[in-house]
Amino acid sequence: MLDITSIFEHSFMIRALIGGILISICAALLGVSLVLKKYSMIGDGLSHVGFGALAIGSAASFPPLEFSIPIVIVSAFFLLRISENSKIKGDAAIALISTGALAIGITAASLSGVNTDIENYLFGSILSLSNGDIVLCWTVFAVVMILYILFYNKIFAVTFDESFAKATGTKVGLYNMLIALLTALTVVIGMKLMGTLLISSLIIFPAIISMRICKCFKMVTITSAIVSITSFFIGLVVSYYLATPTGASIVLVNLCVLIIFSIVGSIKDKISAKNYIK
Amino acid sequence: MEELIKCENVSFSYENVGVVKNLNFIVYSGEYLCIVGENGSGKSTLTRGLLGLKQPALGKIVRCNGLGLNEIGYLPQKTPMQKEFPASVFEVVLSGRLNSHGFRPFYSKEDKQIAHDNIKKLGLEELIKRSYRDLSGGQQQRVLLARALCAGRKLLLLDEPVTGLDPIVTEEMYRLIQELNSKEKITVIMVSHDIFAAVKYADHILHLNFDKSFFGTTSEYMESPMGKYFFSEDNFNK
Repeated sequence: MLDITSIFEHSFMIRALIGGILISICAALLGVSLVLKKYSMIGDGLSHVGFGALAIGSAASFPPLEFSIPIVIVSAFFLLRISENSKIKGDAAIALISTGALAIGITAASLSGVNTDIENYLFGSILSLSNGDIVLCWTVFAVVMILYILFYNKIFAVTFDESFAKATGTKVGLYNMLIALLTALTVVIGMKLMGTLLISSLIIFPAIISMRICKCFKMVTITSAIVSITSFFIGLVVSYYLATPTGASIVLVNLCVLIIFSIVGSIKDKISAKNYIK
Repeated sequence: MEELIKCENVSFSYENVGVVKNLNFIVYSGEYLCIVGENGSGKSTLTRGLLGLKQPALGKIVRCNGLGLNEIGYLPQKTPMQKEFPASVFEVVLSGRLNSHGFRPFYSKEDKQIAHDNIKKLGLEELIKRSYRDLSGGQQQRVLLARALCAGRKLLLLDEPVTGLDPIVTEEMYRLIQELNSKEKITVIMVSHDIFAAVKYADHILHLNFDKSFFGTTSEYMESPMGKYFFSEDNFNK
């Protein structure tokens, strides 16, 4: 029997656990809206912009996170605008922006010669979180949770039916921006944990997984958060024992859960269809 | 009967092309108005104007006798995304109450009661916990109609409510709307392609046709050149 508690005798593992759980919850909540609004790619695009900003920030020896947060927030508004205006162009524009930002980041990092940083940003460095990072995680968590709960009903309305929400006087643009702002914050902090390449999985997987089996929006949201925390925890423990990369392990656990939930979901559908016929 | 909406010399343009010109009409409370017209005749633009989402290029649209935007129940055209949306019937209907909230973040008991009442009114009690995505097209439209009723008691604005429904369900939907109009005294404005249903159910017709639009009662419409064209025997037998 593996002794899981012994893992958390290391203080770096405790920090990883706390930071990871906080950001997993934020990503899962926002993910539900993003996936349903077909904005999944925005999370991905933002993480690449975030990478570019971090690389430039560290090359110019600015404090990287403080430098990249405003840039990512501005890009979030920008990406949202693009995908609202026209769908196909918006798709391509996100791809252009994210690969462009990636190229800028890699070039900046290689010119300045700090290649260890590059690896950290691309693949995450969850095991080397500082106490300051944890404070930042708590702050982002608090902001996301408070705003999400306060505006939950409006976020639902805007996600389900923009034209109805707009027609009945809900400020759709404002709430879309709120979603973009919270996503930007989560993505930048999440990059430190999961890395540029994997952070969007934290946003997308839990939402998709919970939609396999849940029938109502509130349950989808809650299940997403639970799935996200559980997958994160299992991924972290597994990566410790097998010495696998932490970010990748978490994504792989998510993938397994998705497969399991898909099977359970389709069995459930079949059973309810049978009952219906009876 | 009090005036609810008054359009005075209204003109709209869409992407710099005029679509509606010099439109005049008044909707009184309790009426059932059908807006018909070909594709591109400005039905959607006018709808957006009535909802206050678009200002007319010329003229004005007046909401009279204190008709607030939060008293208009709107049934928009379906979006493909909604088909797969995991939300319960109750959640969807309840979201119609948001417009009376301002900055209050959560629903009150009264909101929930109103949602329940409207669910009952449209015969959706058995589906209340079901997921919106598992319903048939007709049931989904009824859920959205219940949501519209939660949003506005005075006026219902329905944008092509029967698109994609089969003939039987279409007929049911029309009957339901007529009941709301006659029994609940809710004013109805319906945008429709279906000119035959329009004259069957509505008491007023607005036929958009750039600067030669027709507005009048249904019987006047049948006597007008436009009405005669559509209901001449030739067309009827086609």
